[in-house]
Amino acid sequence: MEKSILRLTLNGRERADAVDGNVLLIDYIREIAGLTGTKMGCDGGECGACTVLVDGEPRLACISLAASAEGHDVETIESLAEGTRLSALQKSFHQKLGSQCGFCTPGMIMASEGLLRKNPDPSVEEIRTGLSGNICRCTGYVKIIESVQDAAERKAEGDAA
Amino acid sequence: MEYMPPFEVLKPSTIDEAVALHGQTPEARFLAGGTDIIPNIRRGIVAPGALIELSGIAEMQEITQTEDGGLNIGAGVTLAQLETDPRIAAAYPAIAKAASEVAANSHRNVGTLGGNLCLDTRCVYYNQSEWWRSSNDYCLKHRGEICHVAPKSKRCFAAFSGDVAPTLMIMDATVDLAGPNGRRTIALPDLYQADGAAHLLIGKDEILTAVTLPPNDGWATGYAKVRVRVSIDFPLAGIAIALKRDGEKLKAIKIAVTGLDSQPITLAGADALANHPFDDALLQSLEGLLPKQIQPMTSTLTPPGYRRRVSGNLIKALAKELFATAG
Ligand SMILES: Cc1cc2nc3c(=O)[nH]c(=O)nc-3n(C[C@H](O)[C@H](O)[C@H](O)COP(=O)(O)OP(=O)(O)OC[C@H]3O[C@@H](n4cnc5c(N)ncnc54)[C@H](O)[C@@H]3O)c2cc1C
Ligand code: SF4
Ligand code: FES
Ligand code: FES
Repeated sequence: MEKSILRLTLNGRERADAVDGNVLLIDYIREIAGLTGTKMGCDGGECGACTVLVDGEPRLACISLAASAEGHDVETIESLAEGTRLSALQKSFHQKLGSQCGFCTPGMIMASEGLLRKNPDPSVEEIRTGLSGNICRCTGYVKIIESVQDAAERKAEGDAA
Repeated sequence: MEYMPPFEVLKPSTIDEAVALHGQTPEARFLAGGTDIIPNIRRGIVAPGALIELSGIAEMQEITQTEDGGLNIGAGVTLAQLETDPRIAAAYPAIAKAASEVAANSHRNVGTLGGNLCLDTRCVYYNQSEWWRSSNDYCLKHRGEICHVAPKSKRCFAAFSGDVAPTLMIMDATVDLAGPNGRRTIALPDLYQADGAAHLLIGKDEILTAVTLPPNDGWATGYAKVRVRVSIDFPLAGIAIALKRDGEKLKAIKIAVTGLDSQPITLAGADALANHPFDDALLQSLEGLLPKQIQPMTSTLTPPGYRRRVSGNLIKALAKELFATAG
């Protein structure tokens, strides 16, 4: 099997890597690009821990092939903070206790990021729908929903970063 | 890295090219959104020699009006598009509803109509990891000798669990297929048979290219589904109904179901209930169509008796709701 050159944009930077056809997007992100913020929590599409944005839409990196991301724009949790300045969602998940063990958090935040870009002022119902593919074993979800609401307010007040 | 069998990804840009590529790599499988086939590859159920990615085929990604006022929906149209397209919401609300209840938005953004119709059947003994299945001696559907659900049976009872199919069946949809022997169009029910290990009647080398819907001439339509987790789950039972009302009478009704057998099923005998007063007796008769026509088995963690009862109740509740809103 021949490797082919995969070209895509990852967190704003264009990359070209030699990648086998059977490589999952999550393995590309974690093992080839070395970005380990994206987590693998299940054996196929069940939990949302691996959620990244592809062209701004939430995608499950564990059931996507790296090859399918050719020419697309991929964003992971590492793209949100600017240096040590956390993004609005990251601050809110931290301050409102939307994160406990933290394993689901990168996926939760990326799914929330996709939601808030499309819908800056979501209702609780819309937040629930937006996060319906993301499972958390710790928080009980209430704090997660509050975190997303808090981030939406933060953003509306101009605390975009 | 996650273990994956070796395969290459081929990216045709036309239907003809995809058919030709399959001719050159017969062990290839088609890849649409991948939300069904990639978990199956990861679990060692599918080991394709190659994946032929359909998402680059522009002619399969469109929704167009047909000459008679119906719709032609490309198989590559995503569930998210079905959920939000204003033409579908206006004329075929049951389809939009069913699409909106598939999995979660991160699946619906990539999962397609074609993949939903060609979805593999599901069973608690099948949708498991390789080590789980191997320690249980596999099963009839894949690598094994016996069916753990019905050990004496020669047939697999894994359930077809696609949500969208019944909502297309009540609208008399047809599907367009393209393969090495050319193009053909069949009625949607003819895509399936009652065998969980071989439920699709299209060739492995055939592509489902589009679904055609005739215009909706006055049917009120709806879809109702029961699942373990309301936020995200396959249907334990899914019911689609189209009905017409004439005063206090039911003028006509069509019912199709999913999740209750190895194929989606249009219930026979519904025509005989046309022009009956819409009363409790009629609702009992509607429910009465079910028992002999479905065969839910212990392929889910929820027992088949529950799926039988709940599907009868869904039929009655949905029929009532549609009758109340129908003109
Ligand atoms: C956690 C989870 C929950 C889910 N919940 C639901 C649910 O509630 N309801 C539901 O219906 N589904 C559910 N699904 C399954 C799946 O997401 C959807 O059915 C989706 O529509 C499949 O489409 P796809 O494009 O991703 O298919 P793929 O995985 O790309 O393909 C599925 C199968 O169809 C074949 N195929 C695809 N397109 C074509 C074509 N055009 N011609 C011929 N063959 C083709 C493929 O070769 C493959 O065998 C769920 C999946 C997961 C992981
Ligand atoms: S119904 Fe039987 S043969 Fe089919 S997947 Fe389940 S255990 Fe296997
Ligand atoms: S790791 Fe991708 S959904 Fe669980
Ligand atoms: S914080 Fe532990 S799984 Fe969500």
